[in-house]
Amino acid sequence: MSKDGSAAYFTTRVDAVVNWARKHSLFPLPFGTSCCGIEMMATLCSDYDMARFGAEAIRFSPRQADLLIVAGIINAKMAPVLKTVYDQMSEPKWVMSFGACASSGGIFNVYSVTQGIDTVIPVDVYVPGCPPAPEGVLHSLIRLQEQIQKGETVAQRRERQSRAGTLKSIT
Amino acid sequence: MDINTPVPTIYGDQLEKFGELWKKQVQTLKEKFGDAIEEVLFPKEANTDVPIIFVQAARIIDVLGFMKNDAGFEYGFLADLTATDEESAPRFHVVYNLLSRKSMSRVRVKVRTDEENAVPTAISLWPAANWAEREVWDMFGVRFEGHPDLRRILMDVRWEGHPLRKDYPLRGYQIFPTPEAIDPSLLNY
Repeated sequence: MSKDGSAAYFTTRVDAVVNWARKHSLFPLPFGTSCCGIEMMATLCSDYDMARFGAEAIRFSPRQADLLIVAGIINAKMAPVLKTVYDQMSEPKWVMSFGACASSGGIFNVYSVTQGIDTVIPVDVYVPGCPPAPEGVLHSLIRLQEQIQKGETVAQRRERQSRAGTLKSIT
Repeated sequence: MDINTPVPTIYGDQLEKFGELWKKQVQTLKEKFGDAIEEVLFPKEANTDVPIIFVQAARIIDVLGFMKNDAGFEYGFLADLTATDEESAPRFHVVYNLLSRKSMSRVRVKVRTDEENAVPTAISLWPAANWAEREVWDMFGVRFEGHPDLRRILMDVRWEGHPLRKDYPLRGYQIFPTPEAIDPSLLNY
């Protein structure tokens, strides 16, 4: 702390330590709706072993999770369910859009499928592929960890920007 | 096996097996219901695998009930109830696929209808027709007269339009981020 009482050096260091702890202890909630879920399981299993990055503690309750992995196609009827699950998670929370269907609707360009889950919830990291290879999932997990170290989720950044009036577009 | 040999389908030998039976049954129906049987399409004569019997909408329950219970028919199993949008007048065909578990033969009964004219419900004959008719209402907008609970079954209750109609846009997205409201009366059963 400086002499006038303003906090400067000390709190940023705590943020860094907290973010460092958070990024190495992600609790994923698997929202596997179709074949991408199989690839997510493969990433969790011993060959690729997501535990090496501290994200092996799967939680099936949104209250206990801080990373929502949306693996698979989200139908229009599933969209409010996904939104409810996302809302039930406690801050800070991150979302991984796993595979082509979750990211853009994939091949299902029809009335009954959401064209990307970012029309419903904010997404932090997208994994391309149909389905993505486990290496890609781990790569995106590392990218997500870099984002977490920076200390702001996409939802938080959008909220801050919309308050400041600098938000360009919401997809 | 010669590559040009036709692959036997599930209905491949149905005509040899049930051709006589079908002819007899269609004859019986025509004698009993007369004008209510609008048209009959037979395999090989028309492009179909099983006989298609077009019935007047007003008499459909009589015909289905007769086909369900009469000793010569006994089509006790409603394999499917669906519809097609033909883009002609009248617009829709409501399709009843029937299976007789006694003779193991299948027939298809169809009713021509459109948006305005309702079809009598088949729940009195097959209780399972309830949800099938709700699905037809949801997807095609065909109304069923006497149905106790004609709500949407697959799409969101806030959905506008009927997505399996030919004039519904393929990419007519309607995404609702909030859960649909639940009718409290449905919870008291």
